[in-house]
Parts: sequence; C-alpha cells; structure tokens
Amino acid sequence: MAAAKFKVWRGDANTAGFVDYEAEVSEGMVVLDAVHQIQAEQANDLAVRWNCKAGKCGSCSAEVNGHPKLMCMTRLDDLPLEKPVTIEPVRAFSHVKDLVTDVSWNYQVKKKIKKFNPKPPDFEDGTWKMQQEDIDRVQEFRKCIECFLCQDVCHVLRDHHLHDNFIGPRHYVYTAALEMHPLDTENRLGDLKETDGIGYCNITKCCTKVCPEHITITDNAIIPLKERVVDQFYDPVRKLLRILKPKK
Amino acid sequence: MAQYEKHEYDVLVIGAGGAGLRAAIEASAEGVSVGLVCKSLLGKAHTVMAEGGIAAALANVDERDGWKVHFADTMRGGQYLNNWRMAELHAKEAPDRVRELEAWGALFDRTVDGRILQRNFGGHQFPRLAHVGDRTGLEMIRTLQDHGIHQGVDVHMECTVVALTKDEGRVSGAFGYEREKGRFKMFSAKAIVLATGGVGRAFKITSNSWEYTGDGHVLAYHAGADLIDMEFVQFHPTGMVWPSSVRGILVTEGVRGEGGILTNSEGRRFMFDDIPELYRSQTADNEEEGWRYTQGDRNARRPPELLTRDHVARCIVREVQEGRGSPHGGVFLDIAWIQEKMANSAAHIRRKLPSMYHQFKELAGIDITAEPMEVGPTTHYAMGGVRVDPDSQMTCVPGLFAAGECGAGLHGANRLGGNSLSDLLVFGKRAGEYAARFVKENGAVVLDEGQIEAISNWALKPLESQTGDSNDNPYQIQYGLQEMMQELVGIARSEEGLNDALSNIANLRHRSENVIAIGNREYNAGWHTALDLHNLMTCAEAIALAALERKASIGAHSRDDYPDKEEPNTKKYNTIVRKGADGEMQILREEIPEVRTDLQEIIEEIG
Repeated sequence: MAAAKFKVWRGDANTAGFVDYEAEVSEGMVVLDAVHQIQAEQANDLAVRWNCKAGKCGSCSAEVNGHPKLMCMTRLDDLPLEKPVTIEPVRAFSHVKDLVTDVSWNYQVKKKIKKFNPKPPDFEDGTWKMQQEDIDRVQEFRKCIECFLCQDVCHVLRDHHLHDNFIGPRHYVYTAALEMHPLDTENRLGDLKETDGIGYCNITKCCTKVCPEHITITDNAIIPLKERVVDQFYDPVRKLLRILKPKK
Repeated sequence: MAQYEKHEYDVLVIGAGGAGLRAAIEASAEGVSVGLVCKSLLGKAHTVMAEGGIAAALANVDERDGWKVHFADTMRGGQYLNNWRMAELHAKEAPDRVRELEAWGALFDRTVDGRILQRNFGGHQFPRLAHVGDRTGLEMIRTLQDHGIHQGVDVHMECTVVALTKDEGRVSGAFGYEREKGRFKMFSAKAIVLATGGVGRAFKITSNSWEYTGDGHVLAYHAGADLIDMEFVQFHPTGMVWPSSVRGILVTEGVRGEGGILTNSEGRRFMFDDIPELYRSQTADNEEEGWRYTQGDRNARRPPELLTRDHVARCIVREVQEGRGSPHGGVFLDIAWIQEKMANSAAHIRRKLPSMYHQFKELAGIDITAEPMEVGPTTHYAMGGVRVDPDSQMTCVPGLFAAGECGAGLHGANRLGGNSLSDLLVFGKRAGEYAARFVKENGAVVLDEGQIEAISNWALKPLESQTGDSNDNPYQIQYGLQEMMQELVGIARSEEGLNDALSNIANLRHRSENVIAIGNREYNAGWHTALDLHNLMTCAEAIALAALERKASIGAHSRDDYPDKEEPNTKKYNTIVRKGADGEMQILREEIPEVRTDLQEIIEEIG
C-alpha cells in the first residue's frame, strides 16, 4: 500500500483553511474512504456528511481537486496522487464546519414549488393508465439524488448569490418533473418567470456536466421550461389573442 | 440545569425513511401536530438504497396473484415464525399503499397496457414487485418526502435522539442533539413512533450506512418494550466484494430477477445443487426452465437463484469455504450471459439495471453487460426488533409505537426481497394512524426535569475530558465490535463463539463507557459515534443472546452445533429480550399463537 497526501478543509465559518494529512491508499479506494480513514485515525471530530456510500443518496458532495464530486464515487486511482488531493466543501452555500455546508436553503425552496396535483384517476381502483414512453422523460428527472452539485456550480448561485431570486438547476429539474408529469394539472410557468428566476439561467450547462446521475439538466429540463415560459408570456400571437379574447 | 430547546408535538416520529415519513403523513392527516426527527438530511435515509421494488399483489402482470398468495409466500419465507396477523394485514393492504404513491406522483415502470409493471423476486410466486428500474427506494422516499413537506409536518433534520422520557408508565418525550451546533432538543410528545431502521453497523461487512446503529431498538428497550427475534439478521446474498473499500455495497436481487445466474470458479450453477424441500415443487430443475420463468413464462418454475435470501447466502458461503469461490472471496453473478438469449442484451441490462451498471462501472471498473460481477453476503436487514401490536404497531409501553425495520414480526426468520418497502408503507401508515388515535384518547404528558438532566449529563460525558488514550477512540471501538460480530455472530454461529462474543461485548461496552471524544459539540462525528456505540453494544448483546437461545438453524439464523430446523419437542416460539428490574438483559421464549383457522387454510391450500 502506498500513502497519499491530502489537503482537507477544516474549520468553521469564522476560521478555516487546509490541513495536511496522509492516508494509506489501497486498490479501488474512493475519496470518502480516505476521509473516513483520516477521521478514524487522525481527526476524530472531522465533520463530513455521508450515507449510502454507493452514489445513491447524494450526501457526500464536495469539491475534490476543485471539481464538484460525490466523494463516494470518486476513485483515488483516477486522481494524480503525486500531488496532494484537495478536499473542500461545496461553495454555493454557507459553511458550517469542515466538509459540511448549510444546504437547508434547498429544502425551503422546494417547499415553495407548487405540489403535484393529479387529474382524476382513469380507473375505479384509483390508478391511471400511462404508457412507458410518456413517462420516460420524467423518470430521467426523478433519478435526481439531491446532491446539489448542480447548485454548487451554477454561477447564478455560486458567484452572484441570487438565492432569493433563483431556484437553481436542481429545482428546475424538480419543476420540470412536475410540469411534464402526464397526470399533473398544475401550472407553474408564472412562478418560473416571476419568482423562480428561470431567465437568469444562460444555459452554460455547467450543471449538466457535474450531474452524477447524468441527467441532461439544461437540454431536457431547463430549455423546455424556458420555451414554455416564452410560449405562455411572450408569444405575440398569443398576446394578441389574450387582448382580443380576455379570459372570463 | 440542562440547556435545551423545547418543542411540543402530539406525535413525534423518529426516523424519516419510508416508515417514518409514511407515519408522519398519516398522523398529520388525522389532524394532530407532528414532529419528524432524522439523523441525516431529509431524503437520505436507507430507503433510498432499496433497489428491486415494492412487493404488492396488484396482479397487473399475472392475474393469478392476490393477497392470499402474497401472505402464503411471506409466511413460507419467514419459516412460519412470522406474526401471521401482520403478514395478513401486509398482504391485504400493500396494493393500496402502492396505488397511493402513484397518486402522490410516483412514476413506476409500466406494463404494455399502461399499468404498474411488476417484476420477479426471490420467494414470490408471481411477478409482484412494483419498481422503477433498480432505484425504487429513491422513487419511494422522494414521493413521500415531496408529499410530506406539504402536509404541515415539522421536520428536524440532522438531529439524533439519545433517550426517551416517561411520565408514569407512558412515554412523554424524546431528548436529542442537533448535529450542527451540538445543541440539545427536548421533544415533548403524547405519542412517539420509532422508525429508525436497522442495526447493520454492528457488523463489518454491511450495506448499511453510519446511521443504522439500532437506535429505535435501544430507545424502546430502555423504555420497557420487548425486542423479539433479534437473532434473525439478514445477510443479503449479493453484496460487492471487490474492491475491498466497497465491500458490502448492495447488488440488487433484481439482477437475478432479470435472469442473472450465480456460478462458482468451476463455472457451475451451484444453486441447483441444494434446493430445500420446502421449495422443491416451486423451483425449476433445469436452466432452461429457470430462464423461461425470468422472461415471464407462466408455466415455468423459478430458478434456484431466486430462492430465499437466507438460503442463497448460505450456498454462497459454502462454495467459498469449499474452495470454489471467485478470486476475491465471493462467487460470480452473471447477467452478461443473457447475450446468448437476446440480441440487444447490453441495452436491455442498462435499461433494467441502470444503477447496477453505473455502480460496477464506476467503483469496480466492471461492465456488467459484458462480464460477471463478484458478489458475497452482506449484512442487510434486521428481521428482529421492537415487539408491536400487529394492528396498531404500539409496543407494550403506552404511547410508544414502532414501524418499519425497527419494528418486528412481519418477516419471521427471513424477509423476502420487496417486502420491506411494502412493510414501511403498510405499517408506517398504521403506526401514524394509531399514534394519532392514541393522542386523541389520552391527555397531556408532564416532563420530568430530573430525567432530562440525567440524559443531558450522560450525553456530554464523552466530551468532558479532552486528554485520553489516543489509541482508544470511538471509531476503534466500533471497528472492534464490527470485526468481532462479523466473525462470531455472522452467518455461521456456535455456542462457543456466541459466548465468546458476549464476553467481548462486555469488554467493549466497558471501553465505550469511558471513551473520549476530542473536540467540541459542533458537528463532531467522534462525539456522535461515541454516543451511537451504546446502542450498538446493546443491540449486539441482544442479537448474541437471542442467537444463543435459539438452538436450531432456521431462516437467517444458522448454528453449526444445531443444524436442525427445529428443536425436539418444542413448538414454534419467538425469542424475547427485555430489560430486567436489575437493569440486566433478560432472554426468554414465548410460544407463537396458533395461526387463525382461515389463514392456516390459505397456507395449506397455496402451500
């Protein structure tokens, strides 16, 4: 076994910085294993979130060598170990301690999005008829594990801190899953335009690049939502019709 | 005086996996105030790891299915040690619970006629598991989470309950810490639902995360509730074995449901070598018939890879012990072979098992559409747990309920795959409903400052001294316990090993009582681990004691010194663990009541 060097972000919101550690590396080891080893042997109070360790829960998001990653799915043998591996918390949210940040904003935002509102069931047993091809695209969005790496890299949040006016890629994916759900009857386009800030997204696709579930966030969720907003609010023909035939 | 933030609810639910969320939703719908506490962030609980599906006799794929068959399958899988009333309720109510998820936005894979698709799984006679590829647990938890946040439930994320308080005989509240600042919270509650999951972290090789330290089991135990059948710990037959850092991560039974086969180093499908009598008539006796079954042939019988988990795990251990294992100490699980049977097999596998494809590709560098996986048993699930009333899920402590994995009774000696997600829904709902009813029928509770003070002092003890023996930290004690439990209380057990384990646990407990957590109260993982150790020790002791008590090899419990399924002249019984008046752990047996006549007839008729 060889040893590798790590620089782990330690400290709290007041004072923090990199601390150097060394850990033994074995075959197939992932970054989270190294963090656990350091925690168990050298830094018992090291704060880190993790759960499933299999890329399914989205808890262990961090920036490894500057790249937003799930630590449990980042293998050390894919990293250049001749130099120290840097491990930092995600940066789009306020820092709590060590590798942990305050992601509660995401939970508050989600609660504000209008909930699923299905049409009446097709069958007496309370179920509906849906074809697989009608749900394929929504199933892609529902793969989201809420790791918030897409939020972390979005410059609207990370650099411009527009948390009050912009819900971020994760919540556009969530909104898209609701809007494109074959049974849903709610309309969220007004919110997308007015309060959710979809106009701020300038489709740089950073979110899509870092998604560990490979959800095509920009192309499949955000752009179609933008198109729907444009159709509803900016289509000149529709606008004319609205003027001529106002809704009763 | 203890410093804490006080919250008051009618019903407090501890744990936010499938059972906890479902209980909270139900209690809230009954019009009472509900608090929900979880150790991690919302939506990260272990339910998210469930892959294969939710067992419910919807009969969308095979109309011969129905609650009676599901009931009979569950009882057979549990070696008839199940609580038959729970098995009945579960089989009858699971379909409605699944349909309800659809009404809340879940999108299950579809049949060609647009209904919920169901897949084959071990021990289920018909395709019964509603699923979404191999990420059913994620779909379920997200559906419950997204529905639940609009139900007026107050959620306390990253908060760990360390003890319950009582008011006379009744449960009156829960005391815990929030991770971020390490501040204490006291939840006053008229009823409490435990939904804390299992105790996989007591073992070295496990599919469970850090959270699964038997919290609910031990909270209930100290509050005076019974634990039953703790010896039945499910070792899922297929966990990853390589690379060593990912050892234990779950490989869904869905791989076998889709036609995956188990082979040894000689290339032999060893599962054909040992088919238990109880399942012989239901099991294929040749490879061709097994394949036809997985592809939906209604006249074919299931392949032996889809026998119950306890049996498959034992067969794998046998192959490895007898020198026919894979290079890293497991056996081969091969789904790639189906290329012999279908032209587009790689795309088919990626569609049916996307997260397995992803998991092996990224963690092991293996393409499961082209080569076999290496798998071996991993600690997965606790069949045993808190004893509850089958209808209401209340324990013998008034106001204290338990549901999901930390509750017990439904699964008997062995749980069928897919029956846990349905368990969470069926009994989570019931627990929430009856907890709300209990609140309406009973008055307020009074908190006792003395109890709170004692808990607070206890919880702070590991942080008191900051100069300790650096070789003995909470993690090392936990590793010690895990190694020992894996070796002595794992798949193969013996009297000598179990006695050895009990004395080891006593030593480890002594060490854990004096352990030091360096650092302060803020998000201090060492402190959290130090407190969790107490629960792990108590559960480990309960498991070892119950395993020593049951002198037979049945279901998930195997004794080298007692290979027979039944003890001579002994009726079927449950093992009971409870806290004695002297504070010591007691073990006793209780005969299982005769199965109700109409249910017994179903068992005999369906077989």
